[in-house]
This record gives sequence, C-alpha cells and structure tokens, in this order.
Amino acid sequence: MAGSSWAAHGRLERHSLLLLIAIIVVVSIGGLIEIVPLFYLENTIEPVRGMRPYTPLELEGRDIYIREGCYLCHSQMIRPLRDEVERYGHYSLAAESMYDHPFQWGSERQGPDLARVGGKYSDGWHRDHLADPRSVVPESVMPPYRFLAEKDLDYHDVAQKMRTLRTVGVPYTDDMIANAVTDLRDQDNAFAGGAGLHARYGRNVNVRNFAGDPERITEMDALIAYLQMLGTLVDFSTYKADAPANQR
Amino acid sequence: MNSSSTPARAQAPDDAALGPAIWLILCLIAALVATIATAASRDALFQFEGYIFIAAFVLGSFGLLAVITRGGFPGQPDKYMDGVIKAGAIATLFWGAAGMLTGVVIAAQLAFPRIFYLPDAGFLNFGRLRPLHTSAVIFAFGGNALIATSFYVVQRTCRARLFGGLLPWIVFWGYQLFIVTAALGYLAGVTRSQEYAEPEWMSTLWLVIVWVAYLLVFLGTIWKRQEPHIYVANWFYLAFIVTIAILVLINNAEVPVSLLDHRSYPLWAGVQSALVQWWYGHNAVGFFLTAGFLAMMYYFIPKRAERPIYSYRLSIVHFWALIFIYIWAGPHHLHYTALPQWAQTLGMTFSVMLWMPSWGGMINGLMTLSGAWDRLRTDPVIRMLVVSLAFYGMSTFEGPVMSIRTVNSLSHYTDWTIGHVHSGALGWVGFVTFGSLYCMVPWLWKKKGLYSNALVEWHFWIATTGILLYITSMWVSGIMEGLMWREYTPQGFLAYSFAETVSARHVENVVRLAGGLMYLSGLLIMIYNLWRTIRAPSTEREAVPAVAPIPAAAE
Repeated sequence: MAGSSWAAHGRLERHSLLLLIAIIVVVSIGGLIEIVPLFYLENTIEPVRGMRPYTPLELEGRDIYIREGCYLCHSQMIRPLRDEVERYGHYSLAAESMYDHPFQWGSERQGPDLARVGGKYSDGWHRDHLADPRSVVPESVMPPYRFLAEKDLDYHDVAQKMRTLRTVGVPYTDDMIANAVTDLRDQDNAFAGGAGLHARYGRNVNVRNFAGDPERITEMDALIAYLQMLGTLVDFSTYKADAPANQR
Repeated sequence: MNSSSTPARAQAPDDAALGPAIWLILCLIAALVATIATAASRDALFQFEGYIFIAAFVLGSFGLLAVITRGGFPGQPDKYMDGVIKAGAIATLFWGAAGMLTGVVIAAQLAFPRIFYLPDAGFLNFGRLRPLHTSAVIFAFGGNALIATSFYVVQRTCRARLFGGLLPWIVFWGYQLFIVTAALGYLAGVTRSQEYAEPEWMSTLWLVIVWVAYLLVFLGTIWKRQEPHIYVANWFYLAFIVTIAILVLINNAEVPVSLLDHRSYPLWAGVQSALVQWWYGHNAVGFFLTAGFLAMMYYFIPKRAERPIYSYRLSIVHFWALIFIYIWAGPHHLHYTALPQWAQTLGMTFSVMLWMPSWGGMINGLMTLSGAWDRLRTDPVIRMLVVSLAFYGMSTFEGPVMSIRTVNSLSHYTDWTIGHVHSGALGWVGFVTFGSLYCMVPWLWKKKGLYSNALVEWHFWIATTGILLYITSMWVSGIMEGLMWREYTPQGFLAYSFAETVSARHVENVVRLAGGLMYLSGLLIMIYNLWRTIRAPSTEREAVPAVAPIPAAAE
C-alpha cells in the first residue's frame, strides 16, 4: 500500500505537467477555503450607521497618505484589547474600512495607531507636527513633511478616481462625481459653507481651511482633511457591540 | 529570420525559435508604445515611469542590434547556457548591496532622526525608502538569486540547455527593468500601499509578462531533459514560480484610474483586501523566500558536501506538506483585527502545523552532511549553508509561536516581528544565497576555487555576529514595547504614553543599526572575494556536465 503510493509519486516526477497541475491544486485549496467565504458570509461586515465614501479632498489626502508610505509605521486597526481601547478608542469595525481600496490596517507601529486620530488634535497641531514632528513630540522618529505645505494639490483626475472607485464598488453617485472639483475646493474653504458637501456626504464632513492658507489648496490641506475624519464616521451610539449579529 | 543565429539542428527547434530580429522588432514596438503613452499622459508620475520604460526599450534595442551585427545569438545546443547565470550572480550581488545599504539608512533614520532626515529631500524619507529596502532585498537580491540559481540547477539536473534561445536573457533584463521601475517609482511616490506588493499596475503588468516567459524557460528546459526524473530542487522552483504567479495575479487585481494614470484601485476593500493581501504576503515568504531557497538548498548542499540527499521520501512528504500548509497561514497577520475569528483560527492552526514540514526540510538538509560533518570545520562555505539551515529552523519555530493568538497580542505591531523577519531573511535567505554563490561562482567561471577562504571566514563571522545583534535587539525592543503598551499603574491608568515607548527603544535601534552595518560589511567582503575569484586565471577544466545527485527511482 505504502509502496504503491511512493510509486505513484514516481509518475509525478516523470511528468512535468502532472506535477504542475498537482502543485496548482494543492496550493489552491487553502486560499479558496479561507478567502471565498468572506465575500459571501453576510456577517463578515457588521451593519452600522454613518459610513460614507470619502469626499474628494479626503480621497486625495488618502492618496498622499499612501504615496508617503504612512501605512508602514502607522496602523489603522485598534484591537479589542483593554489597553488599545483605552489608548485609541473603540476597537475598529470591519465596516469602517469597507470603502478602503485597499485597506490601511498596517502591520507595525513605529508610530501610534491612527484609526481614530480624527478630531483628537487641532489642525494647527497637525500642521506643525507634519512639518517638523520633533517640534511638538521631541521623542518622535517620524520624518518631516514640510514640503506638503509648499506643494499645490494636483486634483485634475479626482473625478476619474471616484469613477474608478465606483467600478470597484464604492457607492459614489453621479451627483458626487459631477461635483467632485467643486466639493474639493469647497471643503478647504471656511467661507463656502459646504451646503452641497453636506447634502451629498451627510453632516459629518469637516469644512474649513485645514492647513491655514486660504489662498491655496496644498497637499497638506488634503492630508489633514483625511486625518481629521479618520474613525469619526460610525455612530457608536446606535452600534450594539453585544448584539448577536456583531459577535463574530 | 534566424538563419545565422543558430546552427541548423532539427532536433533543437527551440533554440532556433525566436531570433534576435524578432526581439528587436518587439522591443521597438514597446519603445513606441511607451513613448506615445508618456507623451499623451497628464500625470507626472506616470510620465516618470514612462521615461524609464522608454530608456530601457531603447537600450534594449541597441543591445539586440549589437547581437545581430555580431552575427546573431550563438545557439550552441550542446553547451549549457551560463552567460545569463553569470549576469544573474553579478546582479544578485549588486542589488544585495543596494538593498542592504538602504536598510542601513532607514535603520539610521529610526536611531538618529535628527541627523538622517533631510527636510528638503522628501523622497529620502522613511516611508519612501522602506519599500525600496524590502523590495530590493526580497525581489531584486532574492529574485535574481532565484532566477540565476534556477537556471543553473535546471540545466545541470536535466542535462539540457536552457529553453528558448534568447528568452532567458529577455527574462533577465526584463526582470531588471521591473526592479528599476518599481524602485525608482517608490522614491518618486508610486505605490499601491500593500506591503511587498507595492509596485503600481504598469510595473506589475510588465512583471507578469516577464514571469510567464520565466515559467516557459523553466518548463521548456524540463521538457528537454535527458534524465527520466525531475530532480527535487526543480519541484521547489516550479512550485515557487507557479504559486507566485497565482498570488500576484489575485492580489494585484485592480482597476487603473486611466490607462495614462499611474494610480489604480484594487478590486478588494477592507477586510477582504486585508485577507487577500496577507494571503499574498505570507506566501511571498512561503514560496518566494522559502520554497525557492529550499530548492537552492536541495542542490548546493549535496553538491558541496558530495553526499546524496539524506532522505528521498522525507523530501516528498516535506514538499507537499509545505506547499499545502503554507497557503493557509496568512490570517495570522490579522489576529484580533476585524477579520472574522474563524479565519484567524484557521490561520493560526495551520501556522502551528507548518512547523513540522519546515523542520522536515531543515532535517533533510542538515542530515545530508552525515559522514561529512568534518567539513564544517574545514569548509566555511559548508558552514554558511549549515548555519542558514539553523536560522531557518529557528525562525520557522519562532513563526508558529508568534502566530498563536495570545503571543501575537503581545508581538503584533512591535519590533519583534521585524526581528523575526530578519532572522529568516538575513540568516536563512541571505546565508543560503551567499553559500550558493560561493559554490556557483568558481564553477561558472571555471576556477579551481575561491580567491580566499579566509575572507569567507571573515564574512561568516562578521555577518553572523551582525544577525545576532539585529535579532536580539529587536526581541528586546519588541517585547519591551509590547509590555509597555499594556502596562498599567496601580491606580488603573495606562502607565506609558506612546512617545515614551518610542524613546525607550533608542538603544535597541542603535544596536540594530550596528548589526545591519556588520551584515552589509560581510556582503562587501564577499563581493571583493568573488571579484578576485572571477579575475583569477581560469583552469579550463570541466568539459563533462556535472551530474547532480538524483533521487533513486520509486520502486
């Protein structure tokens, strides 16, 4: 019995295509069993109130966060451990990254978690900290990002980015895409009022001069707009962590 | 088309398959497409990548033109194709030095942020350099080592010349182009933000083309083999090539913002995106950094020790168990996250099981030295290969421990993970590569031996001490930081602010920097040693192809 299975293996050693097919079958099983159900099991992402797609300015800010490699040192995933919840806030829900293509959970913390950094510090603090981290946190090992404040934001393709995200599943409406550039400019303008933004994205949108200079929209504006909304969307007053549907 | 490029030999049609002229036409078309796309784009970063592609295709055209004017590419079907392997060995050393130097720079940035950051050179910030470091050491250093040794091993164990005429050279230069577009892209800010899968869609698309060509060269050579059996090292190379193709295709499923824009968005979001990424990420470790390098072990250790593989049956069990179990392990990167717990538990269970096939491979390699243990004393290259297996055993034990949820709650997000990765990367991947190169370079250039065994000793001891400094400092740093994060005062408040845990790690960061510098110094000694070896007078022996130990036929 055992002898015959060794002999059977001899066939694989003599036929490269059989070997190739056997390898493909063997390496496919684990991935299929782990990944495919995540797209079908309804309780993978819990139902919550408040999640919305990023506004155009936040989306551009997120792209700068990605471009600068912030995810390499900052996680955006608070684990349900006592110290993490006390340090950073409510543990992260799957729903909170449902519009993140791709996720920004990170894998290490050279710096603190940013999943709920939104609203924790003032815009001015972020501006100073990004320009020269050690001016506000002497122990910091973070690089300086002064150049973000000197560089105008390039948003010529923001509507196209939103259209692309819609094709992969983010619920941007035609109205949102048609007004992308207006909304982007309005969000960084303290005097614009942001009525259109609020109508399209809900009340939970910060509208002000993020980096302080009302004359220009810089990359610093976009990045701070993104940081200031992180983790602020879900309405935790209506979220019941103990409900059976949320026990995963 | 290729009348002058290959001798007319009916039984070797593959060597006459595609002449340099066809490649020249393809290269010119590619240059034209890249030029049009670059000119039409409004996106500065897309144009930046476009210029690299244009330059590469133009240089490639000149190179092919030179081949044609010299009378075509010599087919030589009765000889092994070693030129491309020599180029691969040199590329491995070059990218190794570049990648490890980048690692030393970013270690210096974390240890001395006031000195090593230049506020006016944002492209040298940690966030831009870190993917450069990881990609350069994994894909450029490791990838070139894998491609070069796989070309070496598959020819010797099949007793056949590489398939495809010029195709192996196309694979080599195509892969270098992928590396350059990815690396310079990171510096310029082109990234998908998925670790070890950062290159944007243009580079990835190019990689897919190169990878298919690589698979074709490898399989084609196996098809031409003069041996009835496919040698065990080739199973591992094949599993590495095929699985990496599957992983890259699925993890890079994405939609470009436009065909003239560098940015793309992946199909998957949030929790699905996380699992696909770490299914990819952990199997980049499993199939790129493990299966491929185990193939090197299965050829170079028995060749160097002049002993057959310890157990043929163990190699079968270990091969299938390893590739079956590895693929499940990804979710251990996502313990206590928003990933459903059933997936975390599956990932943890299989990660613990993975310990067994990993040690099966280690034992098979170590026991191959049975009866030749004295070589550890007399041959520093054997010692390097054996120590690589020791580090492999250590990090494949540490990995399953860290994948246990309760251990992971402490180790995750800390420097412990960084230390774990480096014990595998520096100790296992680095040392098995160094050992293989120390074997292969004198064989390829037909030299009696290395220029200096004493320099190998220096390399070995400096690098080993460097690794120990690196991993011990990261154990201390990681465990300390994990404990500080969860430390409470007697009154029930968190004891430390995050900033305090950063400053507490300063000494460890400095020790890590010293360890990295030592490891880099070892590599530079190796480069000098191999350079002197190559320049030494040739012996002109080795007319008969060396036959590798072939497993006994299954009865």
